[in-house]
Amino acid sequence: MSASEAAGRPVDQVQTPAKRGRLFGPGRRLAAIVIFAALALLPLVANLIGDPFLVVTATRIMVFALAALSLDLLIGFGAMVSFGHAAFLGIGAYAVAILASHGVEDILVQTVVAVAAASLFAFVTGAISLKTKGVYFIMITLAFGQMAYFFMVSLSAYGGDDGITLDRRSTLLGSRLLSDDIALFYALLAVLVLAYLGLTRLIGSRFGRVIRGTRENPARMQAIGFEPFRFQLTAYVIAGAIAAVAGVFLANQAEFVSPAYMSWQRSGELIVMVVVGGMGTLIGPVAGAIAFLLLEDWLAAFSEHWKLGLGVLLILLVLFGRGGLAGLARRLTGGGRA
Amino acid sequence: MAIIRTAAIGFLASAALVGSAFAQEEADDTLTVGVMVTLSGPAAVLGQQARDGFMLALEDMGGELGGVKTEIITVDDELKPDVAANKARELVERDDADFVVGPIFSNIMQAIAKPVTDGGAFLISPNAGPSNLAGADCDKNLFVVSYQNDQNHEVLGKYAQDQGYQRVFLMAPNYQAGKDSLAGFKRSYKGEVVNEIYTSLGQLDFSAELAQIAAAQPDAVFTFMPGGMGVNLVKQYRQAGLDQIPFLSAFTVDETTLPAQQDAALGFFGGSNWAPDMDNEASKAFVAAYEEKYGSVPGSYAMHGYDAAKLIDAAVRKAGLGDQDALRKALESADFQSLRGDFEFGPNHYPVQDFYLVKVAKRDDGKFQTEIEQTIFEDYADNYVASCKM
Amino acid sequence: MFNLFLLQALNGVQFGILLFLVAAGLTLIFGVMDLINLAHGVLYMVGAYFVAAFTAATGDFFVGLAIALPAALAFGILLEVLIFRHLYDRDHLDQVLATFGLILILNEAVKIIWGAAPMSVPVPDALSGSIPLIGFLRYPVFRVAIIAAGLFTAVGLWLLVNHTRIGMLLRAGASNAPMVSALGVDIRRLFMVIFGLGAMLAAFAGAMIAPILSVEPGMGDQILILTFVVIVIGGVGSVRGAFVAAILVGLVDTLGRTFGPILLGQIMDASAASQTGRTIAPMLIYILMAAVLFFRPTGLFPARGAAA
Repeated sequence: MSASEAAGRPVDQVQTPAKRGRLFGPGRRLAAIVIFAALALLPLVANLIGDPFLVVTATRIMVFALAALSLDLLIGFGAMVSFGHAAFLGIGAYAVAILASHGVEDILVQTVVAVAAASLFAFVTGAISLKTKGVYFIMITLAFGQMAYFFMVSLSAYGGDDGITLDRRSTLLGSRLLSDDIALFYALLAVLVLAYLGLTRLIGSRFGRVIRGTRENPARMQAIGFEPFRFQLTAYVIAGAIAAVAGVFLANQAEFVSPAYMSWQRSGELIVMVVVGGMGTLIGPVAGAIAFLLLEDWLAAFSEHWKLGLGVLLILLVLFGRGGLAGLARRLTGGGRA
Repeated sequence: MAIIRTAAIGFLASAALVGSAFAQEEADDTLTVGVMVTLSGPAAVLGQQARDGFMLALEDMGGELGGVKTEIITVDDELKPDVAANKARELVERDDADFVVGPIFSNIMQAIAKPVTDGGAFLISPNAGPSNLAGADCDKNLFVVSYQNDQNHEVLGKYAQDQGYQRVFLMAPNYQAGKDSLAGFKRSYKGEVVNEIYTSLGQLDFSAELAQIAAAQPDAVFTFMPGGMGVNLVKQYRQAGLDQIPFLSAFTVDETTLPAQQDAALGFFGGSNWAPDMDNEASKAFVAAYEEKYGSVPGSYAMHGYDAAKLIDAAVRKAGLGDQDALRKALESADFQSLRGDFEFGPNHYPVQDFYLVKVAKRDDGKFQTEIEQTIFEDYADNYVASCKM
Repeated sequence: MFNLFLLQALNGVQFGILLFLVAAGLTLIFGVMDLINLAHGVLYMVGAYFVAAFTAATGDFFVGLAIALPAALAFGILLEVLIFRHLYDRDHLDQVLATFGLILILNEAVKIIWGAAPMSVPVPDALSGSIPLIGFLRYPVFRVAIIAAGLFTAVGLWLLVNHTRIGMLLRAGASNAPMVSALGVDIRRLFMVIFGLGAMLAAFAGAMIAPILSVEPGMGDQILILTFVVIVIGGVGSVRGAFVAAILVGLVDTLGRTFGPILLGQIMDASAASQTGRTIAPMLIYILMAAVLFFRPTGLFPARGAAA
C-alpha cells in the first residue's frame, strides 16, 4: 500500500499532548520491569513473611490490571472511552463457567472460545458504536454493556443473577496444575507480561501510529489515505479479546462467575484504574489497578464508610495530581512537567 | 533520572502490595470469627442489622463466645461476588478464622461457600439459604440459622390456599431469587394464577404493573420485592387505590423497610419465622436491648445474627476448639436458646422451625413492626433436604 | 385492552416527565460547559433527602419543598465553587473521575447523616388518593401532580431559554462558549447560575418523586444512567431534545414491559413469549438508544453548532 509510505513521516510526527509525556521513554520501560519483577518475586516474599495469601490477592489484582491494560489501548491511545468494557470481562468468565458446566474444562479451549465470543461481540457492537464520537461513544458502549449484563441476569440456565459456582479450576492440557494458587499466579503474570509486550509493539507499529494519529486528527488520517474506522474497530476487537482473557482468569481465581462482573460500575472502575494510573502509558493502568484495589481493600478494613475516603482521594487526585500515578511519580522525581 | 522515576512507580506499587500484608500470629486458644455482610451500598441496612444483632449477643456474653477469648473481624462484601470470594479466602487462610458468619445475599453465598468450607472453617449464614446448598450441594461445614429461601414464600402460598383465594396475581423481580420466590408460592397454592409478572431488578416505578393488577381484579396479590423496590411498590400500591386487594408478600414489608413504608404498609401480610412481638422472655429482652442500643426495631436479620452468635457460643462451650468433628457435632445439636423458641437443624444443617403469617402493625409508640398473626407451618423442614448427601 | 393501553401510556408519560426534570439540568450543564457530570444523579438524591428531612421537621410537604429547593440551589452553587469550577477546562476523563468521586462521597454522606435504611415522605393530603379514569382503572392524584409540575417546568424552561437574556447567553454558550466570553460576558457567573439551576431542577425531581419512591442512598445512580440515555438520545445540550427523548424513553420502557410479552405471544407460545419478553424488557431503552445513535450519531436534536 503506497499510502503507508507517504504517510510514514506525518504519522511519526504526530504530537502527543504534553501531559502524556513521551511514549515509552526509558522511564516507562524500567517502571514496567520493576513492577513485573516485583510481581514475579511476590510469591517468594509472601512465603518469607509468612503470608501466602498475598498471592491470591495479587492474582485478583493482576486480572484487573490486564483488563485495565486492554482498556488503555482504547482510552489512552485511541481516545475511545469505552464505558462497557466490563462486558468483555464477563464474557470471558462466562465462557469458562458455561463450558465447564458442559464438561469442557481445558483452559486453552475455554480461552479460545472466550476470545472468539468477545471478538464477535466487540466486532458487532464496535462497528455500531464507532459511528459515534465523544460522549455519544461513551454512552453507546455503556448501552451495550448493560444489554450484556441484563442478558446474563435473565439467563437462568446458568444461574441468572445468583451466578454459577465452578466445581474446580480449569485444567491445562489435562493436568490440574492451575489448582495451585502459585501456578495460577505465574500463568496470569506470564499472560500479563505478554499482553504488555504485545501492546507495546502494537502501539509502536504502523497500526499504532495510525490509531494515535486518528486520536489527534482523524480528518488528516483520512486525507492521507487511512480509513480510521477499520483501525479503530480492530483496536476495539483486540482490547475486547484481551479483557476476555482477563475474564477467564477472573473465573478461575474466584471459582465463581456472576453478572455482577459486567455491571456498569465495574466498567467505571476500570476507567478509574486507567486514569488513576496514567492513561496512554500501558504500565500506568497496571499500577493503577494495583493501587486502586489495594486502596479499596485498605480503606474497607479501616472503616465502613470507606467509600467516602475513596471519593475524597479521587477528587484530590484530579484537582492536584494531573497525569495519574505516572504523572505523580514523574513530578516526585522532578522528571519534567507532568 | 529515568531510573529514579521508574523506581518511584515500582516502589509505589510493590510497597503497597507488601504493605497490605500484616502477617497475624494467632494463638490457638483464640476463637476467631469473621463477620462478612454487606455494609456498603443501598442494601447495607440488612447487613447492619445482622451485624448489630451478632454484636449485641457478643456483648451480652461479655465479649467472649464459649468462654474463650474471641476476636471478631468484620468484613464488607460490597455485594460483589468476586470481592466476597477473595475476602472469604482471606478470612480463612490469612486470619485463620474458625467461623465465618455471613452473608446476607444468596449470590454472595454461592461465591463464598466453597472457599470457606474448603478452607476448613464453619460458615454460619444469618440470612441467605439457597436451595442448591440445602440439597445436592449441601456441605458438612455449612450451617444456616435463618431459613431455606423458599420457605417464607411458601407461608403465603399455604395461606392463600387456606383462605380459598381463587385468583392470585404474582409479581417478582426478574432474577433468580424472584423466580424461586414464585415457585415457592406455587408449591402450596393450587388456585388460578391470573398473571405472573417479572419486573426489572431495581425497578423504581410500578405503575404499569399496578394498572395490570387493577385490570385483573384478583382475590389477592403475592409479591417479593426486597429493599427499596418494596418501599416503592407498597407506597404506590396504596396510592393506586388497590388496598382492598389483600397484599401478601415476602421480604417486602419487614423492619428494615417499614420505617420508610409506614402507614402505607399497615395491614399488609408477610411470612416469617419470627417477629418482634414474639412471645418469649429472651426475645422480648433482645428487642428491648436492640432498640435501646441502635434506635430501630430489629427485624429477622438481627435475630438471625443474634442466634448465630448464640449457636457458636453453645458449640464452642461444649466441644472447645481444635477438634473439628466434635465442634460440628456440637453445632448440629444446636444446644442454644433461640429467640424464636424451638429450633433444631435438619440433616442438611438447615433449620426445622415454625413459620408464621405476620401482619404490619403500628405500635403505641408510633413505630411500625410486623406481628404474628397465625402459625402456618409447624416444625417445618425445607423441600430439598432429601437430596442432601452429607 | 385499549383502556389499559391508555393508562400505561399515561404512566409512561409520567415516568418520562420525571426523567426530563433530571435530564434538563444535565443536558444544559453538558451542552454549555462541556462538563460530564456523573454527580447529577446524587443531586437528585440530595433533593429527595432534603425534602424528606424538611418535611419531617415541619410536618408539611409543601413547606418542606419550599425550603428544600433554595437549599438545593445553595448546595449546587457550593459544589460549583468548591469542585466543578476547577473542572471546566479539564478533559472529559478528569471530569468523570472527579464526579465519580463526588458520587461516592455524597452517597456515603447521606448514609452517615440519615442512616442506610430507606426514608420516606408521606403523600401530602391535598394530593393523596386516586381519581377514576375509565371503568375500574384509577390514577393516583399525586402522579397527575408530577405530570403537571413537569409540564410547568418545561414551559418555564422554554420561556427562560428562548425569551430571556440568560437564555440567549445560554444558547450562545451552547454553540460557542469562547465567543460568548470574548464578547465580554462574565462566563464564570453564567456557568455558576446554570449549574445552580441544573442542581435545583434535579433536586426538584428528587423532591417530587420522594412521596412515590423510597429515599435511599444510591437512588441517584439508578436514575443517572437513564438520564444519560435520555440526553444522548435527545442530543446533548438541547432542552427540547431532552424533553422528547425523556417522554420517548418513558413510553418505550413502560409500554414495552407490559405489551412486549403480549405482542410476542402472537408469534410464539405463551411461556416462551413471557421468557423472551422479560429478557428483552430491561434492554429496550438501551436498544432504543443504540438504534437512535446508529441513524443519528449526535442524537435527535443536536445542539452544538446549531440553535437549540
